[in-house]
This record gives sequence, C-alpha cells and structure tokens, in this order.
Amino acid sequence: MSKQSTLASNQAVSAHAGAAEQAPLLDIVHITSIRGERTLFSDFNLQVEAGRMYQIEGPNGAGKSSLLRIIAGLLRPQSGEIRYRGELSQHVRSEFLQDLLFIGHKAAVKPELTGLENLAFFAAVQGQPCAQPPFDLLEQVGLVGLEDIPAGNLSAGQQRRIALARLWVSSSRLWILDEPFTSLDVAGIEMLHQRFSQHLAAGGAIILTSHQPLDWASQSLVRIQLEYNW
Amino acid sequence: MLVGVVWGLVFAPADYQQGDSYRIIFIHVPAAIWSMGFYVGMAIAALIALVWQIRTAEWAISAIAPVGAMLTFISLFTGAIWGQPMWGTWWVWDARLTSQLILLFLYLGVMVLHMAFEDQRTGAKAAGILALVGVINIPIIHYSVYWWNTLHQTSTITQMVTRLEAPAMPGVMLWPLLTCVFAFMLVCSAFIVMRLNNLILINEVRRPWAIKILAGEKGGKHGTV
Amino acid sequence: MSQTRILLQVVRRDFQVAMRNRNELLNPIIFLLVVITLFPLAVGPSAGTLSQIAPGVIWVSALLSAMLGLERMFRDDFRDGALEHMLLLPCAIELAVLGKIIVHWVTTAVPLLVISPLLALLLNLPMHALPVLLLTLLLGTPVLSAVGAIGVALTVSLNRGGALLSLLLLPLLIPLLIFATAAIEAASMNMSAGGPLALMAAFLVLSVGLSPLAIRAALQVSVN
Repeated sequence: MSKQSTLASNQAVSAHAGAAEQAPLLDIVHITSIRGERTLFSDFNLQVEAGRMYQIEGPNGAGKSSLLRIIAGLLRPQSGEIRYRGELSQHVRSEFLQDLLFIGHKAAVKPELTGLENLAFFAAVQGQPCAQPPFDLLEQVGLVGLEDIPAGNLSAGQQRRIALARLWVSSSRLWILDEPFTSLDVAGIEMLHQRFSQHLAAGGAIILTSHQPLDWASQSLVRIQLEYNW
Repeated sequence: MLVGVVWGLVFAPADYQQGDSYRIIFIHVPAAIWSMGFYVGMAIAALIALVWQIRTAEWAISAIAPVGAMLTFISLFTGAIWGQPMWGTWWVWDARLTSQLILLFLYLGVMVLHMAFEDQRTGAKAAGILALVGVINIPIIHYSVYWWNTLHQTSTITQMVTRLEAPAMPGVMLWPLLTCVFAFMLVCSAFIVMRLNNLILINEVRRPWAIKILAGEKGGKHGTV
Repeated sequence: MSQTRILLQVVRRDFQVAMRNRNELLNPIIFLLVVITLFPLAVGPSAGTLSQIAPGVIWVSALLSAMLGLERMFRDDFRDGALEHMLLLPCAIELAVLGKIIVHWVTTAVPLLVISPLLALLLNLPMHALPVLLLTLLLGTPVLSAVGAIGVALTVSLNRGGALLSLLLLPLLIPLLIFATAAIEAASMNMSAGGPLALMAAFLVLSVGLSPLAIRAALQVSVN
C-alpha cells in the first residue's frame, strides 16, 4: 500500500537502463516509519542514481525530515533497508558515511566558534584533505569580513551559509539536505543552485526537502510526494 | 501459570500458621530474592530489545520494572517491620539493607526514565540501556557495600543479624520457605505476564487481532492495568 | 590514521568551545567551595570532627558538583545539531564519544585537582593524606565523566533532565564514593590505601572501556 507517488520522473528508468549492471548509488527498499501512534509512510521505495536531484515534498508533519534521517542512518525505520551500492548501509558504515553529507535542520554550527573555526573543523573531519583553505571558502560563500565573529552573533542566514560551506569542501557524492534554502537570500539561493549543478554534473546525487519550487531542468529532478497520513 | 497463582495463594497462608514474628520471613526472603532476580530478567529483556529490536521485549522492561520495584520495597518494608521487634530499630546501615535500598533506586531510575520520554519506544530503549548499565553495576555495588560494611566496625545490631541467620534452618521451616520462594516467583511472573498482556493490547490497539480480542472480552476481564 | 585524526579534531573543537564558556566551567567549582564551607558551619568548627568527616564531605560534594556540570557534555551539541554531525562522522562513534569524555574530564577535573589542597586545608584533613586525596580524585574523576556521560546521553533529549540525571547516576557512583573515602581514611590513619586505590583503578579501566558503548547506544536513542 504505497502512499507516495512519483510525479515527474518519467524518463528516469529508460535513461539509466544502459547502466543496469551498476548498482544504484543508494537503494531505499520498503521503508516504513511509525512515529508514536502514526504511520508516516509505509513501503517507501526509491532508487537514488548519480547525477540526479530528488526533492521530497509534502505538508508539514508528513515525515520528510524523518525520511532524510532514516536514509542517513540517524533514525531506524520500522522495517525496510537502505542499500549503499548494493550493500546494507550499516554494514559498510564508514564507506557510506565517507560518501554522505548530511545537513539537517540544526546545522551543527557551534555558536561559540567563529565562522573560520567552524569551517576548519568541518573541513578537517570531512575525510579528504580539502582543496582550498577555509578562508577562501568563506569568500566563496560570501562571509568575508565576518570570519572572526562568533557564529552565534551572526544572522540566521549567515549561519546557514557557514553550514552550507560544507558543500564546497565535501568530496561526498551523496548529499542529504533538509531545507537548505531556509533563511537564505536571493544571492545565497543562486549560489546554492550553482553548486548543486556542479555537483550533479560531477556525478553526485542530492536528496533534499524544500517548500520552494525548485527551478530545475526536469530530466535531472525527481519530485517525490509524501502525503500526510492520519 | 494459573496453577502457580493458586499454589501461591493457597500454600503461602498455610505456612503462616508457624506463628511468631519471624513468619514474616516467608514474605521477606522471597521478595528479596526475586527483587534481584527480576532485575536480571529485566536486563535480559533490555538486551533482547536493544540487540534484536523486538518490541515485546521493550514492553517486558516496562512490565517488569514496577513489579520488581514493588518487590524491593516489600522486602525493605517487611525487613523494617521485622527488624523493629528483633533488633529494636527500624533501620540499620547493614550491607544487605543498603544494597537493597540502592537496588530500589536503580529500579526507580529505570521507571522514571521510561516515563520521562513522551515516545514509548524511545523511553523503553533508554530505560533498557540504563537497566543494562545497572546490571553490570549491581555486583560491583553489592560487593563494595559489603566491603564498606566490614570496613566500618560492625555494630552489635548487625552482629545479631548474622547470628540470627547463622544456624541452619530446620526443615519444617525451610520447606515452606522454599515453597514461598517458588510461589512468589510464580505470582510475580503472573503479574508481569498480565501487565505485558495489557501493554501489548494497549500498544497494538489499532491492529485487527487486538481489536478482535478486545471486542471478545468486553466483559472486563482485562481490567488490571 | 584518519580515525585518530577525527578524534583529535573533536577534542580540539570541544576545547575551543569550552574555553569560550569559561564561566560555565567555574560554576561547579564555586559551588563545591561553597558547599565545603557550609559543613564547618553546620557541624561545628572542631578540628577533630572535621578531619574525621573530611574525606566523605569532599567526595560527596565533588559528586554533587559534578552533576551540575555534566549536562554541558552533550546538551549544546544536541541543540545545535553537532551531535547528529558527530554520529555521522566516518569514524567509530565510540571514539568521538571518548574524545568528549576526555575534554570533559580535563575541563572539570583539573580545576578540581587544583583546589583540592585548599579543600583539605579547610576541612583539616591531615597533610599526609593529601597525596591520596589527589590520587582518588585523579582515578575517580574519569569514572565520573565516563559514567556521567551515559546518564547525560540518556537524558539529553529531555527538557528537564537535571534532577533525573542525579537520580540515575548517583546510585551507580556509590562504589566510587565508598572506595575513595576508604582510601583517604586509611591514609589519614597512616594505613596503606593501596587496596581501595587499586579497585578504583579497576573501575577506571572498566568504565572508560565500556561506557562509550552504552553512550553510543544512548545517543542513538536520544537523537530519535
């Protein structure tokens, strides 16, 4: 009794038929999640393939964030499994996490530390040595001049930018982003869009939730509707 | 299980006719033994719940905890009643009493932690972890309290305790006592199973089979929550 | 290896954060001092009584003041999402948890060790017992941090975890209290404190070794 419907992914299957021998980046199989008394979604299936962006849509409380957290492995689903390149994600945990970048509602930016210090930490634990020094990165996300101010004193949008700067140091292929556009200004959203298309072009995949309609070429965007179940 | 309940209820009162103030031993000793025993049982349920994610085991934790806490309380309470005529005081910092008191705290901790969570499952898991941490600690606490007790000079009262328990128990008293121990286990297990039964029904109230059972027994058999 | 590199980074970041919140680190120590001051006022200033109760008073107060500062270990991380980030680091969670325990220990135990001679002085503890007091604190405080972290990890998602935390933790810490005070008492009576100290060392190994497992499980439950 699948309760979600895929709206705009008609070519999704045919386009990748040639690469069938290759396991998809992520295979989400029969996920059911029950929070408290309520079934958020049952028997949810999704194949995440390189070069595509998946937008999870649905009303508040439909379980969008829960779904993202289940995929990342923060939440355990009632039933079902997440396969990363054919293997159960919890069995190949460290490879999976190497290849995953998760930015949740709460962005893990330490308010006591400056933007520069936060970025340096993110870059250092990310795994691979990062291509550019943190300072250049700050310039990239438009935070020059604010690098020595504790993040707690910055505006919500500026803190978001610090968190999103992780996208520029990341070498992970799978990005999971919960409402990445929240409190960003127009320039910020534009900047993020550019980074997204770079990532997709480089063979990455993005799963995100957003209430904003995404202005995106339809062949690489897959929209997934979650319904509110009583 | 029903047989056990009947046994416990019929046999135990019969033994009370041994008379004297020490007959309280028939409640005190089984309660004390099983207060420990059920803690271990709860920890095993917790292990099962955490490792294999079995929901029934989660409910078992919350079914066992109050019963175990009650047993601990009974053993402390009867101990105090017993101690008053025997030792002339309600409470001594005897090793046994102290570790029993700490056990009560552990039980209370598990129960309070479980209740503190709004989500039942999260609460059960958290309580389970605590129960497991506790069960590793129980022997350590137990032995350290004994050690502490021997370190501090033993009062005359605690010496009396040891003297009281030192002589081998005559068979006439031993057998009823063992029966009581056994009967206590059965009665309490029955309580736990009843609680578990209710918890399963409450939690699965939406499932078809549960609805069927509830509809069938609307007469009010399952009223003991 | 990359695992230890991540551990070091977590430790470094937490130190930075702790240093920006220095006043929060001082509060438990001030609390401890105040509590210790209350005892002579309550039981009378006679030197004999004070030195007799000194080991117990110092350790009970240390336990209570530790309860104050413990929450800090995961609470802020839980609020700002750093905890989730930590659980998704590509390294063993136990290792990152160990890093947090280490930072908590250094930031709380070092100030405690520094002022403990003062406490001994205030309570008239014989000077020859001071090294043993320091040793018990040195061996006991990591246990406090490690076992305490289990409690914090369990209660971090609750709004009012504070009182609950003490209820959960204090019974578990009783052995620590017993052996620490026994060691100091033995030392002040010029007897060997080796036995209890050895047992405390055993607790240290056991708790630091096993608690990260429990903390990992507890954190995974808490982020639910």
